[in-house]
Amino acid sequence: MAQAIRKKPVSKSVNAAVSARIAAQDHFRTLRLGTPFQPRIDALAKTQDWYNWAGCRAPHSLWDEELEYFAIRSQAALFDISPMTKYRIEGPDAEAFLDRVTLRDVTKLKPGRVHYTAWCDDEGFVLDDGTLFRLSPKRFRLCSQERHLPWLLDSAIGFDVTVEEETEAVAGLALQGPTSFAVLRDAGFAGVEKLKIFDLADFPHDGGTVGISRTGFTGDLGYELFVPADKALSLWDRLMKAGVLRGIRAIGYTALNRARLEAGLIVANADFTTAEHAIRADRLRMPDEIGLGFMIDLEKGHFNGRRAILETRAKRKLRHMLVGLEIEGNIPAEHAIVYHKKSQEVGLVSAAMWSPMAKRNIAIASLARPYGDTMVEDLWVEIYAMRELQYQKLMKRAKVVARPFIKLDRRTANPPADF
Amino acid sequence: MKAWDAIIIGGGHNGLVNACYLQRAGLDVLVVEKNDWVGGAATSRELTPGFLYSNCSYVCSLFRPEIMRDLELPRFGLQVISYEGGAVFTRDGDYLANYRDHDAHRREFARFSKRDAEAYDRYARDVTRQCRFIQPLLMRTAPDPTSLRPRDLGELLYLGKKFAGLSAQEMALTLRFWTMSISEFLDEYFETDVIKANFALSGIIGTALGPMSPGTAYVLLHHYMGEVDGSVGAWGYARGGMGAVTKALAASFKASGGTIRTGAEVDHVLVGRGKAKGVVLAGGEEIYGKLVVSNADVKRTFLKLVEEKELPDIFLRRVRNFKIRGSSGKVNIALDSLPEFPALPKDSPVYRGDMHFTDSMERMERAYDDWKAGRWSADPFLDMVIPTTLDPTMAPPGKHFMSCFVQYAPPRIAGAEWTDADRDGFAESVISQIAEYSPGFRDRIVHMEVRTPRDIEAEVGLTEGNIFQGELTFDQLLFNRPVPGYAQYRSPVGGLYMCGSSTHPGGGVMGAPGRNAAAEILRDLAKSTSHMSPAHDVI
Amino acid sequence: MTSSDAIVIGGGHNGLVAAAALARAGRKVLVLEAGSEVGGAARTEEFAPGFRVSSIAHLLNRLHPDVMKTLELDKHGLQFARANFMPSVALSRDGPPLVLHGAYGEVLTGASSSEQSAWKELRAQLLRYAGILKPFLSGRPPDLAGMSLLDTASLGQTALALKKLGKEDMRDFLRVLLMNVADLLDEQLADIRLKGLLAFDATLGSHLGPRSPTSLLGLYYRLAGETGGAAGAQILPQGGMGAVVAAIRASAEKAGVAIRISAPVAKIIVENGRAVGVALDNGKVLHARTIVSAINPATTFLDLVGPREINTGFVRKVKNIRMKGDAAKLNLALDRPPQFTDVDAAGHKGRLVIAPSPDHVERAFNPSKYGEFSPEPVMEVTLPSLADPSLAPSGACVLSAVVQYAPYALKEGWHAGKPKFLKAIMAQLEAYAPGIGKSIVHAELLTPTDIETRYRMPGGHWHHGELQADQMLISRPVSGWSGYDTPLEGLFLAGAGSHPGGGVSGAPGLNAARRIIAMKG
Repeated sequence: MAQAIRKKPVSKSVNAAVSARIAAQDHFRTLRLGTPFQPRIDALAKTQDWYNWAGCRAPHSLWDEELEYFAIRSQAALFDISPMTKYRIEGPDAEAFLDRVTLRDVTKLKPGRVHYTAWCDDEGFVLDDGTLFRLSPKRFRLCSQERHLPWLLDSAIGFDVTVEEETEAVAGLALQGPTSFAVLRDAGFAGVEKLKIFDLADFPHDGGTVGISRTGFTGDLGYELFVPADKALSLWDRLMKAGVLRGIRAIGYTALNRARLEAGLIVANADFTTAEHAIRADRLRMPDEIGLGFMIDLEKGHFNGRRAILETRAKRKLRHMLVGLEIEGNIPAEHAIVYHKKSQEVGLVSAAMWSPMAKRNIAIASLARPYGDTMVEDLWVEIYAMRELQYQKLMKRAKVVARPFIKLDRRTANPPADF
Repeated sequence: MKAWDAIIIGGGHNGLVNACYLQRAGLDVLVVEKNDWVGGAATSRELTPGFLYSNCSYVCSLFRPEIMRDLELPRFGLQVISYEGGAVFTRDGDYLANYRDHDAHRREFARFSKRDAEAYDRYARDVTRQCRFIQPLLMRTAPDPTSLRPRDLGELLYLGKKFAGLSAQEMALTLRFWTMSISEFLDEYFETDVIKANFALSGIIGTALGPMSPGTAYVLLHHYMGEVDGSVGAWGYARGGMGAVTKALAASFKASGGTIRTGAEVDHVLVGRGKAKGVVLAGGEEIYGKLVVSNADVKRTFLKLVEEKELPDIFLRRVRNFKIRGSSGKVNIALDSLPEFPALPKDSPVYRGDMHFTDSMERMERAYDDWKAGRWSADPFLDMVIPTTLDPTMAPPGKHFMSCFVQYAPPRIAGAEWTDADRDGFAESVISQIAEYSPGFRDRIVHMEVRTPRDIEAEVGLTEGNIFQGELTFDQLLFNRPVPGYAQYRSPVGGLYMCGSSTHPGGGVMGAPGRNAAAEILRDLAKSTSHMSPAHDVI
Repeated sequence: MTSSDAIVIGGGHNGLVAAAALARAGRKVLVLEAGSEVGGAARTEEFAPGFRVSSIAHLLNRLHPDVMKTLELDKHGLQFARANFMPSVALSRDGPPLVLHGAYGEVLTGASSSEQSAWKELRAQLLRYAGILKPFLSGRPPDLAGMSLLDTASLGQTALALKKLGKEDMRDFLRVLLMNVADLLDEQLADIRLKGLLAFDATLGSHLGPRSPTSLLGLYYRLAGETGGAAGAQILPQGGMGAVVAAIRASAEKAGVAIRISAPVAKIIVENGRAVGVALDNGKVLHARTIVSAINPATTFLDLVGPREINTGFVRKVKNIRMKGDAAKLNLALDRPPQFTDVDAAGHKGRLVIAPSPDHVERAFNPSKYGEFSPEPVMEVTLPSLADPSLAPSGACVLSAVVQYAPYALKEGWHAGKPKFLKAIMAQLEAYAPGIGKSIVHAELLTPTDIETRYRMPGGHWHHGELQADQMLISRPVSGWSGYDTPLEGLFLAGAGSHPGGGVSGAPGLNAARRIIAMKG
């Protein structure tokens, strides 16, 4: 039996969209992309100690992780936050859209302000936390650790709003530390002194604008700056030049991570597992279970997960509790198991360090309620300290303490300190 | 006259796995194989000088690591190499690649759709959750839901508990997942046709279903449950071709004292007083055994090797109703040089992975429509690999072996036997598809072997050329596989067992049926199974 | 404005059943119907001067006995006489037809004697297995995650019913449950006419071909229905489907239900996570403790409630409900009754099915996957005016046919496709009833897009959502919300989009009312 072959010749006509798509093929040769600041960072990277941040080559440290930390606390530290996921949300319904998606009341977020927020799935489990920048009445930027485009787009059904991923198009820098204000002023950003904590404003830069907010992830005086990718290098140079006398230093993530822990801030997929990545159902967390309950605004209208959150609260079904711990001694308890009465396993430490600022051995831990909630006495952590190929096992007393572990007045002081 | 402790009919991978476990339990085991070589559908054959062909099965990912370890297969030469990537070529001159690196994978998807690129994690999470639910079932004997025996009740309870352990959303998804088509399932995550086609192929390989057929989402799992050295879902090549798997099994078997007779085709199973007593070879030679295990598919075993009068009517009816329609063929090609694909950068890792040309769900489904009508697909779905890019030992230096798995090819053409002309037409549909994307491809061909379902049945003995020894639809899974009431590797004939892919958990070079059958046989003999690793933990 | 306890949105048969049941339980109920008369897709309409026909549903084969009983429909003019059970005639192009008489083929004629005994066995088996599933029709689907005592008990009863089958029968039940209908028919039958008819019945109203796994469920669904106490029986109601709805309406009104027509609802008003009322198109606002939506679930949530008041994941699930219809309705006004070749007078009063073999049905299905209509469509034809002359002028005849496959999203668009499809249908009809083309006074073809507009059925799908395994039971209309409740307090679903599904059964409406009563809504 003969059978015809259904011929559909490979199309030869290539339109512009297809050519652009084909032109992007070669990414497979560069598995870790550089950020818009990469030329400057590469030049400073003495340790060549890289890690993968969302597909980008990001430094653990550049020259000395210990000293980089102190740059945050005593000078001005410059940290590249470009790989952070960014979405631009714009349109007449942008406010209503974000009010439905996120936990906090977005109608209370004025243009030129920023707030820290989180968002949940239908079951009230946290999809991520992040910062929401209100750039104008109808324009927002949402920054987060993980990616959420399908969720945001599906949430936009029925709203007059556009959601666009702009991670690569917008470069970001965190300038943190006591002299950070002075650096910005000296760099010529006139009016930056007016920015109070969580304020946001645009400033002219290199023929365009840079958005500067008084925000950060360090618990210190600090700012975050966002520019179009093509103005990134000129911004970097402008800050570095202005900061010479203020001790400005570029830093890597290890230093930043210490500062954030002192500030008591949590990191998605380090201190909790985000709902779209949790394969094991018991790893899911509600806001109340990771210390974000304060964001839940029951006065505002409907938001994703509201019913589930309310029900769980009402039925007292919350299962976890995220707490700050102070642990005796000075050996960091990272990933240590937490016990009640040295015997019953009640949780896990997700981040820990000896805090140079607080001179305390601090940790963030997730405990099974009622531990950490109503049962806070007689908690212990078992630290496995690897010393010369041997574990030194330590059982240390842990005390539930308030976060942040350090509180620096200069973070919020107005006018900003001019060191 | 010697009576073996066990005679295994067929030296395919499951027969050999079964034989190894029985031999290692202290039984005196004989494997009889009709071909002059062992391996069944997992063979490497030198069909033209210098080229080793994985001429049937070509990918090694499902093979259970527990079995590799128990039977010391690495010691006998088995090594698995992971694919480096894969791609679907598109009609507009581009391709969609799969890269091992998570971020490269996302960026590649983002070339087509930013949304789909970011949808992948949720998709992967949901599929992984399903795999984790299914995986532990592979190495267990399915319970008989009609039985009140403690073991069956225990297994049912285990299933129930596992299910009850799922969250409400997981339960709902599990129930939907088992009955959805892969096309519908993918629609809930992705918007781009080529991205859907890229994932859908795992839902149809080896089946007589199209991507729009309900139930194909489950088949996707069947192909995802594989792992290469802990990397779940990874596919890989066996070094030296798929024959390396069965070669290692045969060597392991012999090293533990087992005996293999090749060129020994079984004519029928000797049955006396309702009990299997041995086998009679085609030449008339009788070989006696205390028990007989058939690696052949359930139809071949009970409709050809056992006399009808030995079997209850209801069992025979169910065996006759067992669906085993072949749906695929193979074209194996020796090439004098590496083919070029102008769409693909020369340094692309895709050359060391699997390549496809079906870039839309519609093309995939239409290929299936041809099968339903009793034709080979005019625009077939190909799963094409060039194993020599990762394993140069299979061909002379600079030359290559290419394996093309082709779907769909029906067991019969419009109700009649395949003719040689049909086979040529089938091969041409494959070559012309490749040549469209690889100019000069025809000129590189040194030798070609075309295998239609007819050829696969004739050589390997798989009824209707079905590579899974029976279709993977719900009516033929778990306690329904191969037939209700006999899903525990036993048969109505005492001492006659089944160990092929017709039994739970089904096909693919997995080895689980052979292993599970051995466990049941040893249980009947009240022998220890301490040499059998339990299923690896899923934590 | 007097307020009501419950407002029912949609005066289709399910809405009316829900309203009647609620009213009988003492609720003050108001039904709001967007159209100018109640009945939804189960009306009797004049489509040509003097010619009247049942709108979409044209046969009664599954009106649930609990609905009959609760609403006392027998007292409102609905009676089923065994004598009225319609035969099904499986037409063949190559010879005489095969006829299933009585309740789904109690007697089979036109087939060989071996086929008759094979059918007897298969029919008994199908009815047994459908019987296992039948109890599911009359309640909420089990809540697997939070198994209540009731759920466990009802599942236990199913298990018990299974056990009663006996071991081998139970095994077969479990084997074939999710099988495709074509394979099962091939296992047990030989006559392609009979197999064609069953393949058609299994896939009617769904986006499946007989070779699609799970297609057998469609046949079970049909056979789980009953008429006059006989499973699988079908009748042509006197006066058309509108007469059935009239009986339901009468029962509802007798119980005190207020019905307002031409009152389209624009919005369901939500306050603090609770549905508190509705706003009509004309801006009028009506409040009630309970809002019952007996219309499409997607319309309910995406249009009337709106995404702002519900969660993103829920919106996603609702949008993922597959509800693109494949069935078209053909109404022909004929100047004289048609003569189907080799069919006797009784046969002409029956259901005439053009589905000559499972392969034919499968081939008809294939193009629908790609947005093309069947070049050789399959259909069930009725000639209602033969038994009820009031439907047509004297001597003339009404032909009503449900035709597959006519995919909602036709690639070329229905504007261009409709005349072509009508031609394809007429070619089929002409082959089985020569000369029929010349007797046409008026032809009306309702494609799924027409059905969507005219009857407010998104996708033109009469089940308001594909009735396939993954959209049944606990997954209907969406997983997590299968028991008539919704994420909004005070809002309930009662339409065919909910469990158990469509067809003129009234079961979703009745089950929903029972749930509301149990919740003290």
